[in-house]
Amino acid sequence: MKVSVITFPGSNCDHDALEVFAKRGHNTVSIWHKDTELQSPDLVILPGGFSYGDYLRCGSIAKFSPIMNEVISHANRGGLVLGICNGFQILTECGLLPGALMMNKSLQFICQHQFIRVESDSTPYTYGLPEGKVLDIPIAHKEGNFFIDEDGLKALQDWDRIVFRYCDEAGSVTPFANPNGALDNIAGICNEQRNVMGMMPHPERAACEHTVSRDGLFIIEAIEKYFSK
Amino acid sequence: MLKAKIHVFLKPSVLDPQGQAVTNSLHSLGYDAIKETRISKYIEIMFDETDADKVSEQVHTICDKLLANPNTEKYAFKLEPAEDK
Repeated sequence: MKVSVITFPGSNCDHDALEVFAKRGHNTVSIWHKDTELQSPDLVILPGGFSYGDYLRCGSIAKFSPIMNEVISHANRGGLVLGICNGFQILTECGLLPGALMMNKSLQFICQHQFIRVESDSTPYTYGLPEGKVLDIPIAHKEGNFFIDEDGLKALQDWDRIVFRYCDEAGSVTPFANPNGALDNIAGICNEQRNVMGMMPHPERAACEHTVSRDGLFIIEAIEKYFSK
Repeated sequence: MLKAKIHVFLKPSVLDPQGQAVTNSLHSLGYDAIKETRISKYIEIMFDETDADKVSEQVHTICDKLLANPNTEKYAFKLEPAEDK
């Protein structure tokens, strides 16, 4: 599998993403946001961080980086695009995913381990994972409070496009288990074609022998299984 | 020169946790009559142009493209003549 990870000015999880995929033997390429070639990847990752210092709105300026034209074309051709944290924010800003990530209800930056539940197995990112499976994946953000209008939420629910929800250890989706006020406990969604996914939790921070949780590997393995099917 | 004075504000249906925090703070200061606070952004842009129609059209485009997020925000602006500094 070939993985291209985009680095925007202010990205800070790009190397983590590159490393976890490289360690598993994949061909990884670091792409600068001013580049205009994605180099024919199977998967594009928009990593976490603070692109353009989160000025104006998180992800609002990154959407105009030259490489984003290629990312959008890649997505429209059916190519896989995974946006993590700031990457999710960029995907909503550029219109590849609906909704918006608003400031956390608590107004605080939250950095903690978080349980999320697999809500849909019909995406490349959850391929072969049982629905209802609980994963421990860290979150670290101030703007992760997912918002969408009523019709938009209904479309996500009706078309099985909510991929992950915040939950407790037992897998219960409750207001108490919701760290940031996200509508319907939404932690990750996909587009209509299911090839583009955005998620606030960081699977790349839970995918090596030194991390407390390695549950991020379930997502990485799911993508691997999807490509080897 | 024309100056565009632009307000970008959350749609009424969107929760404003910052506004709520300010309301709570004002209540604790004794301003009990305050019912709601909404926080918005104020942006000034100077145009080296005197044709108000042209500038107005550009401001709309700029707001739609970048300054406001149509999912959560609305905007309003007015133009006024500005001194060249």
